[in-house]
Amino acid sequence: MNQAIRHSWVAAIAMFALIFGAISYVQVIGADALKDNPWNKRAILQTYCNDRGSIIVGGTPVAESVESNSETCKFQRTYPQPELYAGLTGYFSQNYGATGLEQSMGAELAGNSDQLFLDRVGQLFLGNQPKGASVELTIDPQIQQLAYNLIPDGQRGSIVVTNPKTGAILAMASKPSYNPNLVATQDPKAESANINELVKVPGVNLNQNVSGPTGELLAPGSVFKLVDTAAALASGKYNKDSVLPNPAEMPFDGIQYKLPNYAGGNCYTRDTASFAFALQQSCNTPFASIALDLGRDAIAAQAKKFGFGEDVGDLLKLGHATGNGFPDNLDKPGLAQSAIGQKDVRVTPLQVNMMTNAIANGGVQMAPSLVKTLRSPDLRVIDEPQPAQLRTSTTPEISKQITEWMTSVVTDGIAKGAAVPGVQVAGKTGTAELGNGTNNSWFTGFAPADNPKVSVTIVMEGVDIYAGAKLTSPNAKKIFEAVLNK
Amino acid sequence: MSQVSSMPKPRRNVELALLLLALAVGIGANMLVGVDQEKAFDSDFWFQSSLLAVAALVFHGVLRFRAKYADPVILPLVVALNGLGLAMIHRLDPPGSDTGNNQLRWTLIAMAVAIAVIWFLKDHRVLRRFTFISLAASAVLLVLPLIPGISAGEILGARVWIRLGPMTFQPGEIAKITLAIFFAGYLSSNRDLILLAGRKIGPLQFPRFKDLGPMVAAWLVSIGVLVFQSDLGSSVLFFGLFIVMIYVATSRISWVVIGLALLLGGGFIASQVFSHVGLRIDGWLNAFTDEVYGRQYGGSFQIVEGLFGMANGGLVGTGLGQGRPDLVPFANSDMIIASLGEELGLIGLFAVVLMYLLLFTRGFRAALGTRDAFGKLLACGLSFAVALQCFVVIGGVTRLIPLTGLTTPFLAAGGSSLLANWIIVGLLLMISHTARGPVDTTPLPPSAGAESVGIDTPTEAVKHA
Repeated sequence: MNQAIRHSWVAAIAMFALIFGAISYVQVIGADALKDNPWNKRAILQTYCNDRGSIIVGGTPVAESVESNSETCKFQRTYPQPELYAGLTGYFSQNYGATGLEQSMGAELAGNSDQLFLDRVGQLFLGNQPKGASVELTIDPQIQQLAYNLIPDGQRGSIVVTNPKTGAILAMASKPSYNPNLVATQDPKAESANINELVKVPGVNLNQNVSGPTGELLAPGSVFKLVDTAAALASGKYNKDSVLPNPAEMPFDGIQYKLPNYAGGNCYTRDTASFAFALQQSCNTPFASIALDLGRDAIAAQAKKFGFGEDVGDLLKLGHATGNGFPDNLDKPGLAQSAIGQKDVRVTPLQVNMMTNAIANGGVQMAPSLVKTLRSPDLRVIDEPQPAQLRTSTTPEISKQITEWMTSVVTDGIAKGAAVPGVQVAGKTGTAELGNGTNNSWFTGFAPADNPKVSVTIVMEGVDIYAGAKLTSPNAKKIFEAVLNK
Repeated sequence: MSQVSSMPKPRRNVELALLLLALAVGIGANMLVGVDQEKAFDSDFWFQSSLLAVAALVFHGVLRFRAKYADPVILPLVVALNGLGLAMIHRLDPPGSDTGNNQLRWTLIAMAVAIAVIWFLKDHRVLRRFTFISLAASAVLLVLPLIPGISAGEILGARVWIRLGPMTFQPGEIAKITLAIFFAGYLSSNRDLILLAGRKIGPLQFPRFKDLGPMVAAWLVSIGVLVFQSDLGSSVLFFGLFIVMIYVATSRISWVVIGLALLLGGGFIASQVFSHVGLRIDGWLNAFTDEVYGRQYGGSFQIVEGLFGMANGGLVGTGLGQGRPDLVPFANSDMIIASLGEELGLIGLFAVVLMYLLLFTRGFRAALGTRDAFGKLLACGLSFAVALQCFVVIGGVTRLIPLTGLTTPFLAAGGSSLLANWIIVGLLLMISHTARGPVDTTPLPPSAGAESVGIDTPTEAVKHA
């Protein structure tokens, strides 16, 4: 009988050998395949449910993880001022992934970045739940709120406010916005219902990692004349005393089309114009003639130096679109139209602002920055990006000259609405026709002109000329005042 | 086997030392799971830890008094397993839930019953008197869940529970023990008849039906009832118990061959006839197909989620309290092995499985050491049942075999399972006490018969006959 007992024991041991093998297979050999299985929500859920770092503006979180009483997750991502910051934060959703800074700063927020390595080692030994780093933004909450409020509800538009000397972004707002909390809920049914509603709102960048100011490609209209001006001065063929031809219409050989000056403005009053006058009144034909004179390549080169068509990369830690700079293969009418920012020229509001900053900053374009500091969970600063020069766009002399003319645009020209009492403001307006009777109305400028502390770029989409004029320059004035009075 | 002839040693101090280690494991685990659950050192922790420690030490004291030669390793192993189970159940308790304390209540009840078994039974051979009562009891226990009024109805596809006031109970767990007692008693009395009287057909010796009748009846009842209760795991367990005990009684490998053939044949027929068996097998073979994964009944969602959890644990685990075992359905009962695998990793899970291996090995040692055939059969059957139950559960969770609804002994949440397994531990401790103690010269219980005197020569004689 004992022999049979021993045999039974051997059988039991054999069963256990199989068990050991099966455990080894599941936990080691086959583990990677199981982890990569598309049904396996564990990895994303673990990231999703952890105590993620906050996105902080002016000391207040605009995205934070708070303790949740749900059964699936210990923490719930919330956005205390959802619409105001949606374009920056993006959302962090269990089922739809992440966008905006939630995505681009995902490693830091989750605590997986290299800077947090030592913290992670500590967590390993202390057994604490992983906690992510917090991202403090350069945004000024008051300016952000002001900029957001200056875009009327129902109006599509973007406002970028920066410090031209550092590239730091003080405000970046756009409408329409949305509530990221609706996409970050832990109720999958509500989440998909909400997202299906949100995608129907025109202009909401829900599934892309971009916000209006960095992601929307628009025709720059007349603000592009600053490029022509810089190119003209750089060529040596033009100077501050140049007299530009200013016909009411510019004809082209062999076709009927004529490039006109704006019928309602002061441009019609004279056949020639000084640079200052051409910019003040935003006349079209003088700049078209400069472009035809200098040729496509000179304009394209200057546009490139201002950053048009250049990849903003991950400078901003935000998704971005890259405009097309200045188009290729242009015939004469095409070149003329492109020179006034129409036809196929496409830029983002941020790129227009970066051009303005280069002019304001003596020709040196600073890299735009949105992240002020990165802080570990114990609030220690682990990274503090310093202002960085991005490129040299033009010479100090040229930028000084353009600044002078831009100042006269505000004092004597069509951007009077942007004037701030006691402060010299440099500005340029733009109106890009959309072909349906409405326009994209632009303002870009900076102040004080001799020692710039703030630059503002505003674009309102799909407005008529008068509405556009009311929504751009006067709003810029309010922002200039708000920043300069701080 | 070389019988130890030196003076037997009680080794109770060894047991005490190991027991303190086991308590350190269980209570330490309970402490660790709390750290990240923000319920460290809560009242549940102190309540569970202190009561478990007191109960274990009382049990130890009873052994010193009543079974001082009992195997010193068995109790610490079981306390460590039970403590780990309590910790994991405590960890998985959502706020407001009381599964952890309920499990503790059942642990204390089960330990008290095991102590009572040791205290009042004094000698396991007494159980042989209850051979046929055990058969009747098994039948009753197995039929109970089918009786209207007592039955708790169909829960999760199986009718194996009865309702006792506010609680439910799984009588099949106890039937495991009564069946083992019946098999041990009947086979130790009748194995000569089974072996010698009968016809030889080919290489196989078939016993007379009248000698085997009660065995077949017991088997048919258990399998038949379980078919109606849709409890696949228990069917396999009872069948395995039956095969191993008849094999040990007769030492004929042919029984194992016949048994396995019946098991495979029966399994095939069951998979064709009973939809739930077919679904289980389908869920096992095709676990990673969309259709099976998403199926509401008999789908593979549970097992696949368990595998994800274990893979997430990997070699060293996520650490107690830091994984997401709660994503797996029945994480604290059927799937507790996956929960432990996720948080303790391969290393920790190996340690747990090794504890089971040591536990059943100690049971087999008791079977080898005890001198009566009844005790040998009972210890061997119960030990094998524990091993088989672990194999069925862990094999199911790791997708080695189809997943069936069995509890992991001592770990899984569930009162009936704890009670049954602690009774098994009590019986094994008593058998090991007789195996390791001085030779008992007191008269045998009246019904013990003559064949179980001393060593097991009859079997050997038969073999060479």
